[in-house]
This record gives sequence, structure tokens and C-alpha cells, in this order.
Amino acid sequence: MRAGNLQLDSQGRLKHFLAIEGLSCDLLTQILDGAERFAPVGDRAVKKVPLLRGKTVANLFFEPSTRTRTTFDLAAKRLSADVLNLNIEASSAKKGESLGDTLRNLEAMQCDMFVVRHQTSGAAEFIARQVAPHISVINGGDGRHEHPTQAMLDAFTIRRLKRRFEGLTIAIVGDVAHSRVARSEIHAFRILGVPDIRVVGPKTLIPVGIEAMGVTVHHALEAGIKGADVVIMLRLQQERMQSGLLPSGHEYFREYGLTPTRLRLAAPDAIVMHPGPINRGVEIDSAVADGGQSVILQQVTNGIAVRMAVMAMVMGTQSLSQSKPTGGIDGD
Amino acid sequence: MGIRLVGGRAIDPGSEFDEVCDVYIEDGLIVGLGRAPRGFRARREIVVEGLVIAPGLVDLGCHLREPGFEHKATIASESRAAVRGGVTLLCATPDTHPILDTPAVAEHIHQRASAARGARVKCIGALTVGLKGEVLAEMHALKAAGCVAISNLERTIEDTAVLKNAMAYAASAGLTIFLHSEDYWLGRQGYMHEGPTSTRLGIPGIPRAAEIIGLYRDLTLIADTGVRAHLCRITTGDALKSIAEARRAQLPVTADTSLINLLYTDEDVGGYDANFHVRPPLRAARDRTALKTGIKRGTLDAISAYHEPHDTDAKAAPFALTEAGASTLDTFLSTLLGLVAEGAFDLRTALRCASLAPNQILGLSGGRLCIHAPADLCVFDPTARWEVSARTLSSQGKNNPLTGISQIGRNQLTMVGGSIVFDALGKKRSA
Repeated sequence: MRAGNLQLDSQGRLKHFLAIEGLSCDLLTQILDGAERFAPVGDRAVKKVPLLRGKTVANLFFEPSTRTRTTFDLAAKRLSADVLNLNIEASSAKKGESLGDTLRNLEAMQCDMFVVRHQTSGAAEFIARQVAPHISVINGGDGRHEHPTQAMLDAFTIRRLKRRFEGLTIAIVGDVAHSRVARSEIHAFRILGVPDIRVVGPKTLIPVGIEAMGVTVHHALEAGIKGADVVIMLRLQQERMQSGLLPSGHEYFREYGLTPTRLRLAAPDAIVMHPGPINRGVEIDSAVADGGQSVILQQVTNGIAVRMAVMAMVMGTQSLSQSKPTGGIDGD
Repeated sequence: MGIRLVGGRAIDPGSEFDEVCDVYIEDGLIVGLGRAPRGFRARREIVVEGLVIAPGLVDLGCHLREPGFEHKATIASESRAAVRGGVTLLCATPDTHPILDTPAVAEHIHQRASAARGARVKCIGALTVGLKGEVLAEMHALKAAGCVAISNLERTIEDTAVLKNAMAYAASAGLTIFLHSEDYWLGRQGYMHEGPTSTRLGIPGIPRAAEIIGLYRDLTLIADTGVRAHLCRITTGDALKSIAEARRAQLPVTADTSLINLLYTDEDVGGYDANFHVRPPLRAARDRTALKTGIKRGTLDAISAYHEPHDTDAKAAPFALTEAGASTLDTFLSTLLGLVAEGAFDLRTALRCASLAPNQILGLSGGRLCIHAPADLCVFDPTARWEVSARTLSSQGKNNPLTGISQIGRNQLTMVGGSIVFDALGKKRSA
């Protein structure tokens, strides 16, 4: 994919973070290692490092989001950047301003980084091609295409808990067709060396030809999660029922909802993940969501460290640990 | 007083004729091949040695954008671009503003076209008022105003009863209907071929079934009403079986494919390049192969440009938010020659599909290079190299997917009705 080249500068360093597809194992590992170094910042009394002091980060959300925007916001603030939160859905787009014009206006406000969420696939790549060369773009989710920071925080959570990617079986369950999270995860897990990636769901929610991405398809939950080390449940949106892809939430829960009984089919030490927000009683039973195998809230916490690592990297300051992180990550 | 084209290779796609010989033109017609007719006196002699003389190409569905969308293109800009590219006849689509559903719009287009002194322009009238698929357009009036066919374009008529009545009425009016077969419900939310690439990119897909189901419906109603129909822009290999079957059943149908579907596949959308956002979509590699075979075997009669020029803003957005269509007039000839060079089919087949067959579909006498045929000709250099860029494209629409790609083969001279409307050789002569 062409985004693979667009994301890297001439030295092969990360300039934008648009998609997992096309990135190397080495680069993904750098992000995970970076996040590992940033993670302790959140545990300190003063949760701040001065890496992006004087930089302006604009969160451009063309689509509503709470979690992703908040964690990007927190990540930028912990890096000491100035943050501009723009809910564009409610402003320019409604006044008929084109995407290009919105971007040029923000450039004129001398922003250094755009974090973009947009309802259309390919939007982050489109924006990265439009912006001035000094601006970095981070994809906060584009349509059904990719949500690369979510995939990295999931990979980070898995690495922390499982200590490896080799030999793992990961099952992604639910609405894969409409999920940018699933697509980014599949790319990330493959690149990082996970040998067995499964997608599980009814045929209406599994997109045509997904096998080409290196996964096996299961239509029965039981077979799909059997022996899995990681079970990732995807959010099921109400509109899937309205558009005739599923009969009802009840039936979905009966066939695909993760209950404690079903979870016993997975590996004994399996972890349960969810990109959030969860629908209790639709894709996941409360007993599982709140149970001992659930790592859903750890994912949220890890999201901040991962986003800090990515932001630092695209601004060219990721290697501070090698080049004297004075007052930085391990400082005071 | 006539024109003599000296020393070119003259090819008639309607016969076996393919010879290096002089071509004599007088009063808008070809009057001699190899030998001047009695009493012929040349007003001009043009040396075309090393070049190919062939009937001019035809675009069966050209979006001229005028009236109503002059920021994209005009009749003048596109009919001039056409003759630069060796295209001598354009069928203007009815998706103008106002819609071409009244004789007044057809007359306006014809007037503008004759003032432009470019390619011939024939109108395709709207099948339904406003292309809305509800009320039948005044087909007799459109026919009287010179419309060569009627169509609802890719705006699928949801109500099958309306479609059946429209076909029956068109049949009694003696009009050919141009059909873009697609099931409304399967097609309405998609932006590209449904397959591994659409899945990877997260772009909602249009399954092959959309075309097949639309085609079944159309063929069934063609059999029912007896309307003469032309099936436009076939994209799938599966559709070819149904078309072949319809021919065996002697239904009055012809069919074409858009040249872009012979050049590219859905994988070319892989970088979200909006110039590959076309409707119907680019299909898989196996469909492209089947379409080429369909051309060779004659299941598909014609290859057309389906030129859709756009302004820059129309393509400056994430893929699914851009307007569909590619600007293809400028590269019609060179890409056709490219397919000949790669062995997809021979030159005679290419010329037959792009000039003779479209004329026959429209019930016109053009597309031949023989005595008494109209002198609508192109003269091209099959070896000339050029690169596609915003600067080299004559069309006002720069949304050509071949931008940046080198082409072999370029038109040098075009005649419409015996008049020279484009001449790049003159420049060379005087240089």
C-alpha cells in the first residue's frame, strides 16, 4: 500500500502514523518499546514530560469520539504540547467548508500535528497528502479502514501480559466488516509474528476476501475462540440491526456474546479485550467484562502511553532515551 | 476540389482492406482508395507516410457537462479535445442541468456543438423525466430533435413496472435504449468492486451480483418488450454468459465495455487514488481477462471511452466522497493501441470496436474506410511517444488515471465530414 511509503521520511523514520499496513516489525517494536518507557509517567505525581513543549497538536474529529480523543488529548498534554480540540462535524463541515480549506486554515494557525478521525476510509492518507511538509498526521480512525494507535495499544497490552507474540492464538469476534480496529489489529499481529489470527462472526459481518489478510474465518464462536490466548470482542452498533445485517441484539448475544461458560473454551490464561465502549449483554456478558480475565481498563490506560510514544516519534523526538532524556522520561 | 492523403496505411474495420495507399476525399465523402476517381482534383495533398488512416473513434457515452456544469467541461472544450484525440463522434449523455429530457436541451447542445467545429455530437435523451425513474420522457419529441438513443444512465430505475413501460414505449417509438445494468439495492452503498481490496481498504463494495441481477432484469424485459437495447459498460465476466445467451435467443441486444475496465482492476484503487473511482467499478483481474476475451469473441460489440471530465475539487476528497468518473478522451486511442501491443486483440478488432460497431449501434453509416463512406477520419502515428500530464491533456477534465504514464501512439490529423478539424502535421510541415 502506498501509505506505507507516505508514512516514512527519506530515512525510513515515522513521519505520519496513518496505517499499520506496510510498516515493519522493527518499527512497530520501536513504538511498543517507546510506550514502555512512557508508561511510568502516568504513575508519577507530576504526569508530564517536556518533549513536545512549544508544539501545537490539533485534534481534528470529524466524527464523535470520547475515549480516543480524550486519550490523545491526555497524551499530548503529558508531552507538554498545546492542544486544540476541534469538533469539526459541528462546525466547518456543516457550514459547507471543504476539507482542504479546513486544513489550510489550521495550517495557518501554525499547528505541528494533526490527529484525525474521519468517517471516510482513506481520509487520514488524503489529509497527509494535503498538509504542509512540516506537519505530521496521526490517524485516529478513518472509516472502516484503520485505527492504528488502537491496534498498537492492544499489541502493547498483549506483549505486557503474554510477553511474546510467537505462538499466540488471537480471536477477533464480532462486526469485523465495519471495524477499522479489526483491520489494524490484523495487520499489526501479522507483522509482529502472531501465527494464528482468527476472525469470528456471522457471514453478514465478515467482509468478503478477508482471508487475503492472513486470517482464518469462523462463523461459530465456540470453534473460533477454542484455545485462544487472546479474545478481542468488537463493539456491535445498533444500526447493524436496522440495516438488516442481524435480526436482533438478543439473537446476537445468544450466538456470539462472550459468557463465562464460553470463555472456558479459550486457553485457561486467556485475556479478554475490547476497544470500547462495551455493550453489556450484546457482545459481552458483564461477568466477563468485569471478570478476572478482562483487561479492558488496562487497554485504556495503555492507550495514553502508546499515543505518547507515537506522537513523540512522528515529531522526531522518540529517540530521547538514546540521546539523553534529560528531564524527560526518567527525569525527576 | 478534394483532399488527397498520400502514402498512409489505410485500414477499413468493415472489410479485410488494409493497404498502404492514397485516400481521396471530396464533398465530405471518401471517393477513392489507391486510385483517384475520374476528374478528381486535389486542393490539398497531405503526406501521411508511416501513419495509419482509420475511421474516427466514437464515444458512446460522453459527459459533455454543458449545459449546467461548465466548471467541469464545455461542449466546445470536449469536442475539440475529442478531435485532437482522433474521436469524431460523441454521444452526449442526458445528465446535464437541466436534464436532457426535452427537445430544447437537445437543440441547445446541437447548436453549441456545430459552433465548436470539433467532433460530431449526437444526443442521448433521458428515458424518464429528470432521470428520476418515475415519468416517461417525451420520447417521440426527443427522437424528432435528433436523439440517437435514450437512457437513464447509471441511475437505476427502482420500479420495475416503470422500466418495463419505458422499454415498451421506446420500442414503439423505434428508439434504442442504452442500459447500465445494476441492481439498485446492491449498488447503492458501494464505491468499488467488492473483494479483498475493498475489504483491505475499508471501502463499501459493489458485488458482481449487482450487475448480474440488473442484467437479468433488463434482458427479461428486453425479451418481453422487444425493445432494441444496448448494454453499456459491462464489467463482469459472469455477465458475458448472459449476453451470449441473449444473442443465441436472438434478442435485439448489443453490448460494450468501458476501456478503463480493460486497462485496470480493483487493485489499482489500492492507494485511494480518486481517479480510479468510476461507476460501474473496476473489477477483479479475472473479469478484465474475461472482458478481453469477450471483445475477441464478439460477445462484446464495442469498446467506449465513457469520458467523464471533472473539476479538481470533485476529486479532492477521501475516495468515497469524490465524484465518480475518469477523463479518458485524450487517451482513448493510445490505450487502445496499448492493448493491441500487449496482444489483447488485433488492430482491426480495436478499430471495429471503437468506430464501426458504435456507428452500427447508433444506426449510422460511419466507421468505414471505403468508397462513399463519410470522411470522418483519424490519422495517427502508431509509434509516437508522449506522456500524459495536465499540460498534454486537451480535455478540461484532468482526472485521467493515466497521468504520469508514457503512451505510445498519437493522433496527428482528424477530419469530420471531409473537413480537417485537427492537424498536428501542418505544424510539423511549417516547422
